[in-house]
Amino acid sequence: MAGETAIVVENLTKRFGDVEALTGIDFQVESGSVFGLLGPNGAGKTTAIRILTTILPPDGGRAEVLGYDVVSDAPKVRLRIGMAGQFAAVDPLLTGRENLRLVGKVSQMPKDLVMPRADELLERFELTNAADRPARTYSGGMRRRLDIAAALVARPPVLFLDEPTTGLDLHSRNELWAMIKELVAEGTTLLLTTQYLEEADRLAGRVAVIDEGHVIAGGTPSELKTELGRSVIELSMADETDAFRAERVLSNLGRPELDGTIVRLPGSIAGGAMAVMRELDATGLDPETLMVREPSLDDVFLQLTGHKAERTQPEDATAPAGGAR
Amino acid sequence: MSRTAAIPFTIPDERRGFGRIGGAISDGLALWQRNLIGLRRTPQTLVFSTLQPVIFVLLFRYVFGGAVSQTLNVPYVDYLMPGIFCQMVVFGAMLTAVGLAADLKSGMLERFHSLPMSRSAVLAGRTTADLTRNFFVVILVSIVGFMVGFRIHTNVFGFLAGMALVLLFGYALSWVFATVGLAVGDPETAQAASFPVMAPLVFASSAFVAVATMPGWLQPFARNQPVSITASAVRALMIGNTTPGTSTATYVWQALVWLIALIAIFAPIAVRQYRKAV
Repeated sequence: MAGETAIVVENLTKRFGDVEALTGIDFQVESGSVFGLLGPNGAGKTTAIRILTTILPPDGGRAEVLGYDVVSDAPKVRLRIGMAGQFAAVDPLLTGRENLRLVGKVSQMPKDLVMPRADELLERFELTNAADRPARTYSGGMRRRLDIAAALVARPPVLFLDEPTTGLDLHSRNELWAMIKELVAEGTTLLLTTQYLEEADRLAGRVAVIDEGHVIAGGTPSELKTELGRSVIELSMADETDAFRAERVLSNLGRPELDGTIVRLPGSIAGGAMAVMRELDATGLDPETLMVREPSLDDVFLQLTGHKAERTQPEDATAPAGGAR
Repeated sequence: MSRTAAIPFTIPDERRGFGRIGGAISDGLALWQRNLIGLRRTPQTLVFSTLQPVIFVLLFRYVFGGAVSQTLNVPYVDYLMPGIFCQMVVFGAMLTAVGLAADLKSGMLERFHSLPMSRSAVLAGRTTADLTRNFFVVILVSIVGFMVGFRIHTNVFGFLAGMALVLLFGYALSWVFATVGLAVGDPETAQAASFPVMAPLVFASSAFVAVATMPGWLQPFARNQPVSITASAVRALMIGNTTPGTSTATYVWQALVWLIALIAIFAPIAVRQYRKAV
């Protein structure tokens, strides 16, 4: 199947009242590959996933999964996809095993395969010991694993994971990454969304950075890193006047950003931190701290868009009760 | 990793014709079963739906009964029990709202939307699970009723027909409250939003007291609203006519018209809300 296109998204738009969630998004995902949609909260990642999984109809544009239109051929699309949303959508009252069986039963699977498949997935996601406990007793990481297992019950050729590791601790995140890598090795096409550059880097073969509802950059993670992933020099000045003066001085070297008493220099600077120090020294400015760090998603956004990653929709802050019980 | 994992299932075809109907039934059954398992594991819901009507039986039979029975020509407990059955299914219908709101909030509905399952399964599975719950609660409350002196004045068929009417009424109300649950999308809010709908229906009705004892301005509403009509029909079926002039058949007809109207109005609304819910 390699080389074929599993997912096609063309000029997709969606608005919710006054909010333009998608303003014309385009991308394609090759069969058997992992594609990362990278962006901050509110960028439109979840909306894109919800349209591709037939949950929401788009306002305009076109989306296809394995050659089937997500609107006119929605039932055929649903037979071919698995979806795990941002908040583990498992029934807290059912046991892990019952949750997987329920999904199997309503997925038009051959009846005799539902039970063995549920058991197989429980084992694979290391939930066998908790299989007969109601999911409300699970930890966040376990619930997320069960949710992803539920997405896999019918063995769909295309899988959608919306921020699979958001809110997980480092250990659970690493575990989940390893499990996702195994899946991909079997040939599943995966579209995942993430806020973490590192996650996209670890899992995805190709990445699209989206902001305000459209794609602003795309390529392989290493291409993006070469293009954008340069380290950032961050200076902390004694007061705002000093910071303002430092910003002026450093504009000889690059495009400094002023943020209170902090001055940031993104992108590569000829001569690096030494050059910065020399410039400051020459004007008698003395930073309290000078830090060279790896770029965060904020820095990438700053470079790509010239504005900060908006967090207008604090999705993380309003996790539903189902996720916290 | 097992070798078998690499072999994909054959992807089934979209359901058509009879396969669609069969699929809708099997998906609905799967959801029905899921909701009943959930009910069994929620002790607070079980206690609410069984203890509450039992307390009402005892409260009205032994505390308020003496005061309200003077206007009646039958023993108060016989007047009361058909009313209790109706009140009980009204309160029970709130759980339809709570259950759907919880599924909406937890993201379960979103998952169901992305699955190749019948679009009708979630609402059908929820309302039929609530019907099943009502069935058992009605039996329990009848036993309690018989223990505190309730007697059938007609015959066993009248009693069973009355029970069937109560359950159908409860089923119709489930659709009414399904629209409440899907509109608010949060279980606590669903509970709070349901109460103002339920309270006038249950208390400004002939369920516990004769409408004639109420103030004149309230009587037209109290006489004609669905709980009163259904309570009168169930009463007529179980203990015969308490008000001369209206036959049992007339009451039953009126009750059936109400419950068909409720389903005809609220089921399409609920279905439309469900499609747009996520």
